[in-house]
Amino acid sequence: MVINILNPGRNGVADWMIQRASAVILGLYSIFMVAYLLFNPDLDYAAWSGLFSHIWMKVFTLLALLSVAAHAWVGLWIVATDYIKPAAIRFGALLFVILALFVFVVWGVQVIWGV
Amino acid sequence: MSTLQVSVYRYNPENDDAPWMQDFQIDTQGRDLMVLNVLQMIKEQDSSLVYRASCREGVCGSDGMNMNGKNGLSCVTPLSEVVKNNRLVLRPLPGLPVIRDLIIDMSLFYKQYERIQPYLQNDERPPSIERLQSPEDRDKLDGLYECILCACCSTSCPSFWWNPDKFVGPAGLLQAYRFLADSRDTHTQERLSELDDPFSVFRCRGIMNCVNVCPKGLNPTRAIGKIREMLVRNTA
Repeated sequence: MVINILNPGRNGVADWMIQRASAVILGLYSIFMVAYLLFNPDLDYAAWSGLFSHIWMKVFTLLALLSVAAHAWVGLWIVATDYIKPAAIRFGALLFVILALFVFVVWGVQVIWGV
Repeated sequence: MSTLQVSVYRYNPENDDAPWMQDFQIDTQGRDLMVLNVLQMIKEQDSSLVYRASCREGVCGSDGMNMNGKNGLSCVTPLSEVVKNNRLVLRPLPGLPVIRDLIIDMSLFYKQYERIQPYLQNDERPPSIERLQSPEDRDKLDGLYECILCACCSTSCPSFWWNPDKFVGPAGLLQAYRFLADSRDTHTQERLSELDDPFSVFRCRGIMNCVNVCPKGLNPTRAIGKIREMLVRNTA
């Protein structure tokens, strides 16, 4: 039931590709962030908010945020269907996950565009 | 020191409330016997112990069991390969219901095998003699057709433990790829469309327990990777 209700119209190939694509985006974002922090050891508020004032940085960050949500949703759906056997508890857990991810995305958008 | 300490999983649902372990002292006279030989010696001591075995040479796949924590065929597993500190613990293959002692109910395993339609399907008119295949195409079936369905791989796979009703499992998927890779089979599309849900193939997380235990040295993980590649190509 959970498959049908919380996973509308999805198949294994799409899940698998979402997982890989979002992992690549998150990998690139992580490498960028680590490199940026290494090249800017004396980082201050002005430089940090300057970085996030660029539109490309906002898009890149939003992409990373959406990748976190997609990656977490696919991954936790798999973990839940493996380990939580009672359907009602699984449904509750997955509902909590998707609500949390939704809140993170909306909140994150506000943070990114609030700079 | 030639007396081997053997501990065997016993469970007879007609008499036992719960499974228990029975200990035996087996005099191997210093010989490197196969585990199946030890079971035969145990059966002389206690004839109520039951297990499956038939060809006793690793061809029929009947005597898959868990020996000191690792799945394998007892008939082709020498004591020197599994015994540690002169102790041998024998349990049924994990993850499937136990019928009695070392005998498991393999219905779900066979159901998954049946699901992948393990037979050649070809809509073209059969030629007068036989469907020919080039030696190169025949080579693609090596490492796939040798499977004897002993279930050592699928019952060592956590994904199969958690979802034996939905995940085909390494044994079934190895056979699924055996027919996907066969140049004489024309039902590739239909076969792939039966496998593209989130469970049948994609529950494989590539931990390779199947490769680790296969008594025939086959590689189900590689076959699953090939199926996944075919599915992705088919969609993208």
